[in-house]
Amino acid sequence: MFGLDKKDASLLLIVAVLVAFAPFFLNPFPEGSGWAQFNAGYPDLMQRFVIFGIFAIGFNILFGLTGYLSFGHAAFLGVGSYAAVWMFKLLSMNVIPAIALAVITAGAFALIIGYVSLRRSGIYFSILTLAFAQMSFALAYSVLTPITGGETGLQLALDDPRIFGGAATEGNIPVPGFFGLEMRDSAQLVLGNWVFTFNVGYYFAAIIMLLSFYLSIRIFRSPFGMMLRAVKSNQQRLNYTGLNPRPYTLAAFVISGMYAGLAGGLMASMDPLAGAERMFWTASGEVVLMTILGGVGTLIGPVLGAGMIKYMENIISKINSDILHSWFAFLPDGLEDLVVTLIYPFIGKGWHLTLGIVFMLVVIFLPGGLVQGGQKLAGLFGRKKAQEPKNATTEPAE
Amino acid sequence: MGILEVKDVNKRFGGLQALGNVNLSVAENTCHAIIGPNGAGKSTLLNCLVGKLIPDTGSVMFDGQSVLGRTPFEINQMGISRVFQTPEIFGDLTVMENMLIPCFAKRDGSFALHGIRSVFSESGLRDQAEQMLEEVNMLDKRNMHSASMSRGDKRRLEMAMCLVQNPKLLLLDEPTAGMARADTNNTIDLLKEIKEKRNITIAIIEHDMHVVFSLAERITVLAQGTPLVEDTPENIKGHPKVKEAYLGEAA
Ligand SMILES: Nc1ncnc2c1ncn2[C@@H]1O[C@H](COP(=O)(O)OP(=O)(O)OP(=O)(O)O)[C@@H](O)[C@H]1O
Ligand SMILES: [Mg+2]
Repeated sequence: MFGLDKKDASLLLIVAVLVAFAPFFLNPFPEGSGWAQFNAGYPDLMQRFVIFGIFAIGFNILFGLTGYLSFGHAAFLGVGSYAAVWMFKLLSMNVIPAIALAVITAGAFALIIGYVSLRRSGIYFSILTLAFAQMSFALAYSVLTPITGGETGLQLALDDPRIFGGAATEGNIPVPGFFGLEMRDSAQLVLGNWVFTFNVGYYFAAIIMLLSFYLSIRIFRSPFGMMLRAVKSNQQRLNYTGLNPRPYTLAAFVISGMYAGLAGGLMASMDPLAGAERMFWTASGEVVLMTILGGVGTLIGPVLGAGMIKYMENIISKINSDILHSWFAFLPDGLEDLVVTLIYPFIGKGWHLTLGIVFMLVVIFLPGGLVQGGQKLAGLFGRKKAQEPKNATTEPAE
Repeated sequence: MGILEVKDVNKRFGGLQALGNVNLSVAENTCHAIIGPNGAGKSTLLNCLVGKLIPDTGSVMFDGQSVLGRTPFEINQMGISRVFQTPEIFGDLTVMENMLIPCFAKRDGSFALHGIRSVFSESGLRDQAEQMLEEVNMLDKRNMHSASMSRGDKRRLEMAMCLVQNPKLLLLDEPTAGMARADTNNTIDLLKEIKEKRNITIAIIEHDMHVVFSLAERITVLAQGTPLVEDTPENIKGHPKVKEAYLGEAA
């Protein structure tokens, strides 16, 4: 199907089904119940899942295949966001040109930064990308304020000189849309105590995520993908086999930069503003964590990692001490206070602590990430395993 | 004039003269062996041919063109393939993928962006790779993870990767080291067969004299970075200087 072998095609299909029905899956708890705060099926968070999924899928093409660890990919995401917002300001509120420009601009940036950074490998490459990203951040934050809006960020304004649809928006700042469909529009389905939200922006981003995922599978299975794995495996042999590793790694760098730009453009399409903090080094580190947490070099791992981190960021950080007290109210008072005191550092603003622990546990016990965990689980339930060698052509597939 | 002409090549590592005034001419379609005690500079000489090292002075001409100043991948594209002293393969890839990479390099040059096409749609290259694997008796291992193979198998794979490129000049650095006797004999047969079938020039470094005398038409003896003698195998066998070089090392 679509030029994929059976295994990859079924993986793509499963992801497509999960993404299509995510508003249901992510809202398993009825409204108003104590568990409802664990529901993730609201538009803002679902959009983040797929957008950061795209970011991580692209990052994995560089890091997972070539082994080059970039610590500056958030710069491309930020550049994409700025480009998209400028497109909204100057051209039209349609998201298509905005996203196109975001991808192109990020690609051009990646070409320059990659060309310089790839002169070194290993830790020096990582540091170079980090330096470039922090320079971009500093430029966006202060020096280039006329272009980036500096500290306040870049926002739409009433007097934007938009070429298409500039006049039609008197008094209101318009919202990004796709030929009449507004990204923030939602439909709700109420079933008893359950409320399911279907958001235009989410489904738009989800379709793009599926296309990006499909493209990444094709790249993984292509001669180009094989060369990238060869770069990671043995550059010396590649050189003496008549292949120049440099353009291969640069192409991977640019492609992953364009994925980041796409994610940035989509973020701006969901909420038309862009700020320098999107380029900050912690944002670059986050995508590294996502990829490692999910499973470096696997197809679906980065998406899982992105989902996990965004879920923790948004759900765990919302738990506060009142909620904890209500959970442990059944315990005797002294014990309740003790338990709450013990757990408190890991919730709310302390969610990073929880993330850190989860990350350490995964790296130590599941070096292959969540994907490896899934494979182990599947192995426990004794599925296949015996008739493996039939299609043992490549790395772990899912 | 040989296909490979090395003239007055010198190479120093700090105070060590690794190569001193090396002259070597390898005639087309012959097998030329380079022998000598450990540390004689044999691998260093090969490194100067494939762009891994740049000689301090001298010239290296291949097929009428200088190789000096070219990168390793450019030199390979000129038609020189090399097997290393310690096997250099793509350990994370399967045997079949290891074979496909040189096939792509041969067909598409040093860089080609086939980002969407599937590897497995390249039936022409696959046939080529499978045929070569058949020749080295490794077809049954084609889906194996190459890092998990024995050292001898890795060597055979590396040799197959070089041969599938159909190079004009094949450089072998101790290709049978670490191989079982039977595999060594298979390798000798394979190289003989390849030489009969194709127009290929072979330069081989080897400590195993059985291999050397089975294959070589000319032998150069290198000692302390300088060629002592160059002659036919028959004449080398009883040459006093050669005995001295080897015995000198033992003493
Ligand atoms: N990159 C290098 N830097 C410094 N010294 C080197 C380097 N490469 C080789 N040498 C030295 O040069 C000399 C020749 O080494 P070379 O590897 O060419 O020997 P060889 O003839 O291949 O020996 P062997 O039979 O053990 O493989 C040795 O003394 C070695 O230590
Ligand atoms: Mg050597």
